[in-house]
Amino acid sequence: MDYLKIAAFGIVALLAAIAANFARDAAYLANALIIMVAATVMLLWTLRQTDPMGGPRRVAVETGYMDGPIRYGVVATAFWGVVGFLVGTFIAFQLAFPSLNFDWAQPYGNFGRLRPLHTSAVIFAFGGNALIATSLYVVQRTCSARLWGGNLAWFVFWGYNLFIVLAASGYLLGATQSKEYAEPEWHVDLWLTIVWVAYLVVFMGTIFKRKERHIYVANWFYLSFIITIAMLHIVNNLSIPVSIFGTKSVQVFAGVQDAMTQWWYGHNAVGFFLTAGFLGMMYYFVPKQAGRPIYSYKLSIIHFWALIFLYIWAGPHHLHYTALPDWAATLGMVFSIILWMPSWGGMINGLMTLQGAWDKIRTDPIIRMFVASLAFYGMSTFEGPMMSIRAVNSLSHYTDWTIGHVHSGALGWNGLITFGALYFLTPKLWNRREMYSIPAINAHFWLATVGIVLYASSMWVTGIMEGLMWREVDANGFLVNSFADTVDAKFPMYVVRGLGGVLYLAGGLIMVWNMWMTIRSPRTAIVTSPAE
Amino acid sequence: METYTFLRQLADSWVLLALTLFFLGVVFWAFRPGSRALHDDAASVPFRDEEPQGGDERRADRTSDDTDMKGRSHG
Repeated sequence: MDYLKIAAFGIVALLAAIAANFARDAAYLANALIIMVAATVMLLWTLRQTDPMGGPRRVAVETGYMDGPIRYGVVATAFWGVVGFLVGTFIAFQLAFPSLNFDWAQPYGNFGRLRPLHTSAVIFAFGGNALIATSLYVVQRTCSARLWGGNLAWFVFWGYNLFIVLAASGYLLGATQSKEYAEPEWHVDLWLTIVWVAYLVVFMGTIFKRKERHIYVANWFYLSFIITIAMLHIVNNLSIPVSIFGTKSVQVFAGVQDAMTQWWYGHNAVGFFLTAGFLGMMYYFVPKQAGRPIYSYKLSIIHFWALIFLYIWAGPHHLHYTALPDWAATLGMVFSIILWMPSWGGMINGLMTLQGAWDKIRTDPIIRMFVASLAFYGMSTFEGPMMSIRAVNSLSHYTDWTIGHVHSGALGWNGLITFGALYFLTPKLWNRREMYSIPAINAHFWLATVGIVLYASSMWVTGIMEGLMWREVDANGFLVNSFADTVDAKFPMYVVRGLGGVLYLAGGLIMVWNMWMTIRSPRTAIVTSPAE
Repeated sequence: METYTFLRQLADSWVLLALTLFFLGVVFWAFRPGSRALHDDAASVPFRDEEPQGGDERRADRTSDDTDMKGRSHG
């Protein structure tokens, strides 16, 4: 078996080298070289594991939970988080001070190439690693079963991070299929599909061999996230490569069908990646940290079904006043508004879990992060339906209001709940009593919260101002402002937004330091039985 | 075009009805009498956390990981 593996890695490395030789563009060349190096490393690693005398293979005892890939995932989450926040803060200042698009760094360092790097780093690298790590942690604990599939979980971790490196290097070198949140080109998409199927198999396999009678609600959310993302990813990335040795591909859909497919994907990436998956986190970590079961399990069932039944229809609200038929846009708008209810149901369910333990908001900074996260979830899921209304959208669309909305959701809801989960997991996974510094968690909480408030409020002001300036007409019906006038007027808000990013990034750095110190802290701090 | 019209009419009639009924069924199923005990039991799942094959396995798992790493370093 090992010899087969070694041969396979060797062939992959060889094929990647050939592909690099024939590469038609820089991004493809870089990606082929990365695959070649990865396959070579895997070849050497497998070789060193194999006994040349053909002796019995050393088999690791498969007992207890499998936490190795989860530990790696937690570290990767923190690492990619800081990278994503850093790039985001930098491009925020690029918008305020265009001279930061340095001449010497062209074309790699300009806003257009760094922006997808930022969005993919925070959504897929930070959020994705967090989702994979927490889902594999939660599914084992709530099923009382070890991960199914042995080393397949390791393949999921390394494969997913290889996908991120391939995508990121491709963006910088100019490979993109110009679909928002689905920028990676065909060969990277294919790789992600393989990894994602492996992820689904590991997750489902663990559920199948559960010792627990129930499939806990968190696993329902995680599973819906994994399955739906697989479906969205495949349909939105149907494309035909121009050459097998080049990154460029042509979409199968065209025109408004392509736009609708893209935003069916795009909004459900929000709905199932950034909402359903993170709700899976919420339904496990909030009760765990609060020390009491979820407020209403019935409500969580209704929350689940309502959310997945409604979200899938909300995409067309991204295409108001376009070639999309009015009925489709109205459908998207109506479902977006109905969606407000299950969203708030879920928020209430999470918040009310603290009933009788409200004092923990004061004493426990991790609970405070979860509560703030749910508050931002509630705010964004009110703001979103409102912005999807056609009349509001005519003011808000294409303005910075949208960017503010996305960030109050992403930084507030996804960011804070992930930080809380990392603070919960780090001591558990490395057998420490608690985080190295509790005051540092507190500092992180305030830096992040003030950062989000600066970000969101400056984007509301600049977005609404921009929308009003664009539609302002004089007595004769001529537009009053040119586009450059709005750019000029936005400068102060752009600086405030950048400062919000700096605060958020500083909080992330404090978290990394705190995690580092917790993991590195002397072994005497090890607790024999985990404090639960 | 024929397929489109057919699917369109199917979607806003029978499929819409079926999905709505399914959703209402789920709601009623959640609220059915006698489900409370079941739901309370399900809600307490995160607090059971029974590690497969005894409680000390977490450490055994770690040690086996560590030996694995040691074994790797000297080939």
